[in-house]
Amino acid sequence: MALESEYSPDSDRVMSVAFGPQHPGAGHFRLRLWLDGDYVVRSEPDPGYVHRGEEKMSEYRNYIQNVPHLERPVILDSSNILFPYALGVDELMNNKIPLRAQYLRVIMSEINRIISHMYFLSIQGLFLGHTTMITWGMGDRDIWIDLAERIGGARVTFAYIIPGGVRNDLPEFAIDKGLKTCDWFDKRMDEYEKIFFQNPMVHQRSDGIGVLGKADAIAFGTTGTVARASGLTFDVRKDEPYSSYEDFEFKTPVLNQGDSWARAYVALLDMREAVKIIRQALKKIPPGPVRLKLGPQPRVPAGEVYSRTEAARGEMSYHIISDGSPRPYRLKIGVPSAKNMRLMPHLIRNVHVADIPIIYWGLNFWPVEGDR
Amino acid sequence: MTAKFPEVKVEWMKERRLKVSVPPLRIKEFGLFVRDTLGFDHISTVSGVDWIAKNELEVVYFIGSTTPGQEDFILGVSERVPRDNPVVPTLIEVWKGADYMERETHEMFGINFQGHPSQAHLYLPEDWNDLPPLRKDYVSPGR
Repeated sequence: MALESEYSPDSDRVMSVAFGPQHPGAGHFRLRLWLDGDYVVRSEPDPGYVHRGEEKMSEYRNYIQNVPHLERPVILDSSNILFPYALGVDELMNNKIPLRAQYLRVIMSEINRIISHMYFLSIQGLFLGHTTMITWGMGDRDIWIDLAERIGGARVTFAYIIPGGVRNDLPEFAIDKGLKTCDWFDKRMDEYEKIFFQNPMVHQRSDGIGVLGKADAIAFGTTGTVARASGLTFDVRKDEPYSSYEDFEFKTPVLNQGDSWARAYVALLDMREAVKIIRQALKKIPPGPVRLKLGPQPRVPAGEVYSRTEAARGEMSYHIISDGSPRPYRLKIGVPSAKNMRLMPHLIRNVHVADIPIIYWGLNFWPVEGDR
Repeated sequence: MTAKFPEVKVEWMKERRLKVSVPPLRIKEFGLFVRDTLGFDHISTVSGVDWIAKNELEVVYFIGSTTPGQEDFILGVSERVPRDNPVVPTLIEVWKGADYMERETHEMFGINFQGHPSQAHLYLPEDWNDLPPLRKDYVSPGR
């Protein structure tokens, strides 16, 4: 195969190496690399180590049985992968979701966004050799997990957002606890800004690394934090407000550098907006029921929907086809990790080997979500 | 759109969700038209459906837009081919992001994307020698 590289006039110099699946940074994922000395001349992702056939599995189970296994691909962000599924099934069944349930869905989805971004930033710190970020980050992430546990009853996989509303109501004390957590976290984010994002070491390691231009970001179908770090105003919450997102005041953070530093910083700015949304939602949550009585095997009329939401990693979408039977005829999950995976061969090229983890992790890629 | 492509069938899934059925022979031309003239430049997902009763396979490209004012619009560009000879042209030249999505549709449904640079398995094991798993006549082990 012909290799394009300014460093490799002679292809005998090129060596093929695997990054993962046994590499501690790669997760359940392999990146095939072609190296010329310390330079990467070509790379190609090789996912599939944790493919469990979620889409086929969904065709054997009814719409309620599908809830717990559909959140497994991305346990860091488990509400946000169920959110578009619930929206899609609600649309097929013509469910009118009570306002309180819509607000609770927003609250849980934003808490999950923070949990997921904290994990992302902590590991980014680990890859940059910034021990404070991983220790502080993982510790603070736990406070949010505690809050999610008080609301959803489990630490990571709560199966909270379900067709017809949410699984259970918010306990009384959770409003107070949630508002306190928001205030505390605002101060913590100021500290992250000082200790991590303004740190000269972090700047040196991630400025100008893995730059993605706006035109390329559009062409490759990039979504989420990666797209917003490349100057693309792409946020489904704003573009196509669902579940009462139009009631809340928030901004879509956009940066123009398109490098690894910007991709991490956008996640912090995203969390600031998420805290704003949670605070507003907790303050003005209306009383009322939180779920519709659908029964254990709801009747879903025949139809086809394409629903999407803004998950922590980007645009999460479902294509659901119902033929009127208790089980979906076809269920396709369009996950942001799989969409952004196409950027790897584009960005991990003509860079040093030492830059691979920062670019790879900066794409906010979660192999289990990508494989489904 | 229908004036330029009289053979396409248009169906509204709901407000701001349009599904158009295009013959595979003209899909590339149609793709370039919606990208360049109508501003649908964001590829959201490529999905496949096995309509076993009709003996057809369907490929749907869900296309969004980053053009201001129509970000909420999703266009489903659909094409249908017979199950025994599922060959469609690739749309990588129209939307680069379709690359891995088409590869996934190829391995899961056995649809052949003509002109695709590599249709090697992405998620399935390299030595998978059964039917494509998302076809309706493939039955999961234990079912």
